[in-house]
Amino acid sequence: MTIVLLLAPFSLALALTGLAAFWWSLKSGQYEDPKGDAARILYDHLEDGPGD
Amino acid sequence: MSDLSLSDLGAFVSRDDDGAGRLELLVQGARCAGCMSKIEKGVAALPGVTAGRFNLTTGKLSVTFARGLGDPGLVMRQLESLGYRASLFDPAAARAQEDREGKDLALALGVAAFGAGNAMMFTVPTWAGLFGQELSPATRELMYWLSALVATPCALFAGMTFFRSAWASLKRRQANMDVPISIGVLLTLAVSFSETLQHGAHAYFDAAVTLVFLLLIGRYLDHKLRLRARSAARDLLALQAPVAMRLDEAGREHGVPVGEIAVGDRLAVAPGDRIPVDAELETGVSDIDNAMITGESASVAVGPGDRLHAGALNLSGRLILRASARSEDSTVAAIARLMEAGAQARGAYVRLADKAAALYVPIVHILAVATFLGGWWLGLGPRVALLRAAAVLIVTCPCALGLAVPAVQVTATGRLFRKGILVKSGAALERLAEVDHVVFDKTGVLTEGRPVLVTDVPALIHMAAPLARASRHPLARAVADRAGAGPTAEAVTEVPGMGVEGTIDGRRARLGRASFLGVDQGASGQTELWFGFEGESRFRLAFEDVVRPQAAEAVAALRKLGLSVEIFSGDLAGPVAEVADAVGVDRWRAGMTPIEKAGAVAALKAEGRKVLMIGDGLNDAAALSSAHASMAPGSAVDASQNAADLVFTSGDPLAAPLAIRVARAARVRALENFGFSALYNAIAAPAAVLGLVNPLLAAVAMSGSSLIVTLNALRMAFEGDRR
Repeated sequence: MTIVLLLAPFSLALALTGLAAFWWSLKSGQYEDPKGDAARILYDHLEDGPGD
Repeated sequence: MSDLSLSDLGAFVSRDDDGAGRLELLVQGARCAGCMSKIEKGVAALPGVTAGRFNLTTGKLSVTFARGLGDPGLVMRQLESLGYRASLFDPAAARAQEDREGKDLALALGVAAFGAGNAMMFTVPTWAGLFGQELSPATRELMYWLSALVATPCALFAGMTFFRSAWASLKRRQANMDVPISIGVLLTLAVSFSETLQHGAHAYFDAAVTLVFLLLIGRYLDHKLRLRARSAARDLLALQAPVAMRLDEAGREHGVPVGEIAVGDRLAVAPGDRIPVDAELETGVSDIDNAMITGESASVAVGPGDRLHAGALNLSGRLILRASARSEDSTVAAIARLMEAGAQARGAYVRLADKAAALYVPIVHILAVATFLGGWWLGLGPRVALLRAAAVLIVTCPCALGLAVPAVQVTATGRLFRKGILVKSGAALERLAEVDHVVFDKTGVLTEGRPVLVTDVPALIHMAAPLARASRHPLARAVADRAGAGPTAEAVTEVPGMGVEGTIDGRRARLGRASFLGVDQGASGQTELWFGFEGESRFRLAFEDVVRPQAAEAVAALRKLGLSVEIFSGDLAGPVAEVADAVGVDRWRAGMTPIEKAGAVAALKAEGRKVLMIGDGLNDAAALSSAHASMAPGSAVDASQNAADLVFTSGDPLAAPLAIRVARAARVRALENFGFSALYNAIAAPAAVLGLVNPLLAAVAMSGSSLIVTLNALRMAFEGDRR
């Protein structure tokens, strides 16, 4: 069962990475314009990323 | 917005400390990726613009300007040339639209989801122990501590919304739904810690954080609902009269947000625009359509010295006004006072969920206390008795109750939203479901609210059409539209407030008011135009505010729903009786002042009737806010849209029966959900009192009841369409 001592922190770290990614995506405005962001990649002169 | 090239719209640009400017616009008709590309490219090419960013989801364009530069007029002309109509947001309104609360809730939801998932990961192994599987106490304790490590900070952080609201409610000496939620979460955590420290098996860390997660879903849905309705309503208002043209000393026009107009300012109002604030007419003559304010359908001629009310429509001439009130004070003071009183009465309305909470909170808390005292008295020992009391609070914690109403209302308002009906709040939907009497305003609700040509003599219309095509007056446009495409008169001169004169096939002709053509006759009470060639006989073209084609059907549909229908109008008895007859309403009152309308609604209320008021004018605003529920079309004045619970953008009166059907279906669904919750609690609570609940059962029962309630709510998406 000692493997739990390794796996538990590891799985927690993995989940925390996911939470941090969600936090970042929320702060950087990824959900402000889902329709527009999907289309921006199709045009060369438009910036790809979300706005501020 | 008559002539943008002459006016300065600088007041709409907000400047930061460096002097860089930012402008927000609402662009209509841009729906595709290509539009977005075209708009951003076009705007970026303008001088002084550093960046243009179009949000395809919300239809808002935000433009940033280099330091000290920036001309909103230029941006708007550019958009116009690209084929899009744009309206400006005043900077205060644009700031108010930021959604901080939504972001905080989303983050709390993310944290709670993380906590629920990971606490569960450590809890699931301990459940094996509940079925006699091999699990040493040391391992179980390790799992509990890991579970506590994840669940406690997450539950405390994500639960802040509930704790704050519960605390605020307790300070007012009331108990809302958040009080049992907060007590449940905190007590669960405390009992679980004490159990784990004493090497016990009954720790509920996962339940505490899952509870917060499920409740946050309900809270988030509720927030989205309010936000969507609010921003849609604001967009509607931005489309109406956001810009007033203020004149400076030199007589140049500057566009300013209506809210910035001060008493004494000189304002220019172009034909076709609305009067922005109460004002006195300085120069110019015109016809004024007061339908929004008094409900009268015939237009009035005005000249210098006349007083004009905010919201009136300027029909023919360019006017210079002097503002006599600010925007906030522009509605007649009495109307504003009545509206406030109505809003207060409505604030006292107790929502369905709060009614349930008022019943639920004492029962559950008494039951928990009784379990503790009874268990101890029966010889269970204080520790086990406390555990059972905690179990009662945990399994009965109002997860399903917290989701029951928001989930239904979000689905219901989403459906109405797709049909062009904006619901301002969940409470509005609940009130609408209780309505038993409908009061219509006539002008603009049952009727089109604008003059439509009723003289049906094709030869005459054909003869007058060349002159009508040369004018921008709404009456002339109506004639031109009826005649279709054709030649335009030559050498046309337009005399403001009088009519147009021009040459048709070499003969001089005039189209305009009776005095312009030298016709001497008394007022007929009807809106009219006269046409004639020089020195020949004159012909009359009559206009009427016609009944909307769907009005009779809407009234019949309301009757079928078991509602009584009545008309309150500010117009004269004649036209009201005609409309009432056409739509099939036998109870009507005419010539009512705004105060009488509100008074009549209050009188109905005193009789115990639950009134739905549907109106669009300033004269309806007070009645709208004192009625049990209210609706206004998207064409209504600001004050009425603000006072109304629901705004239907199409203006089609069939929106009323549809909204009522959906609201009633939503009420049934919500009550069913309460039924499910009650049933669940009736089984779970006794089990907890008897000590039959373990952590696994608690987790399954809690998620299961929430899932059932949500699925039942989703049925709303298909209901209420049937007639």
